Amino acid sequence: MRFGVVVFPGTWSDRDCGWVIDQVVGAELVYLWHKDADLKGCDCVILPGGFAYGDYLRTGAIARFAPVMEKIGQFADRGGLVWGICNGFQILCEAGLLPGALIRNASLEFRCQWTNLVVERTDLAFTSNCEEREVIRIPISHGEGNYFADPATLSRLEQRGQVVFRYCDANGKVGPGANPNGSLHNIAGIVNARGNVLGMMPHPERCAEAELGGTDGLKLFRSVAENALKVLVS
Amino acid sequence: MIAKIIVTPKPVVNDPQGITVRQGLASLGFTEISDVRVGKYIEVNLEASSEHEARQRVEAMCNQLLANHVIEDFRFDIEADGHRHR
Repeated sequence: MRFGVVVFPGTWSDRDCGWVIDQVVGAELVYLWHKDADLKGCDCVILPGGFAYGDYLRTGAIARFAPVMEKIGQFADRGGLVWGICNGFQILCEAGLLPGALIRNASLEFRCQWTNLVVERTDLAFTSNCEEREVIRIPISHGEGNYFADPATLSRLEQRGQVVFRYCDANGKVGPGANPNGSLHNIAGIVNARGNVLGMMPHPERCAEAELGGTDGLKLFRSVAENALKVLVS
Repeated sequence: MIAKIIVTPKPVVNDPQGITVRQGLASLGFTEISDVRVGKYIEVNLEASSEHEARQRVEAMCNQLLANHVIEDFRFDIEADGHRHR
């Protein structure tokens, strides 16, 4: 099982993701430089958090032109696992691999805090280690995580069950009080129709060891690692 | 030629910056304001054989990169650049 972590100029969570993959999960890790036009045989590609290309123009707007992104698009078309976290989610939306856009937080503040998320899909490679409607605790760290999509797109996402994570309170109740950024329908993460491209604003790589205050993020990394193994075996 | 491009959040998109600026202006006594939208202004210097050609090229630039059609609208003017920018 090999994870590839993409590094753009301005990416900042690449080493955090790498640490979890390599040191905590014990899976194979390669870093993919943005100029690489080769995914080096990865089973899952992670677009980590940060400010790729300084987030110039719009978050993720320039990153989507990197050579590695063309390969990632083809990889996703073949059913490869692509996982965008924070800035990675923004890039996936700009690249058209996921619908919608992430706009400025309704508070206009950069929010760095723990959030509770209700897991609405457990049949995905990314969430198979979670329980149905489990509430997991994962921190956010962003200024532009306010999910927006036009009403038709939003209703399509809901009808097809493409919302994977929603901000909620500790009891799993979804409401405006638990929404840290103004996202429509409290959306924290979505998946494409096929289920192989996930984008999420919260940072699972920041809560994969007890020393960091929580281990719920590890469930997602383990899900991917174990799923890919099953695929390889079968 | 020079393209003067204005990118604004779509009317359906909540614009927290605009709301905050409106509140600031209201607190300064500009109570006649009903709405403020904050967008971007972009200038592009380009070579083109005609204004028509320049329009087509700038339209494509806006669609492909300068504006995100999910959340933004754009409009622009094309002017002959009398004094050249550096």
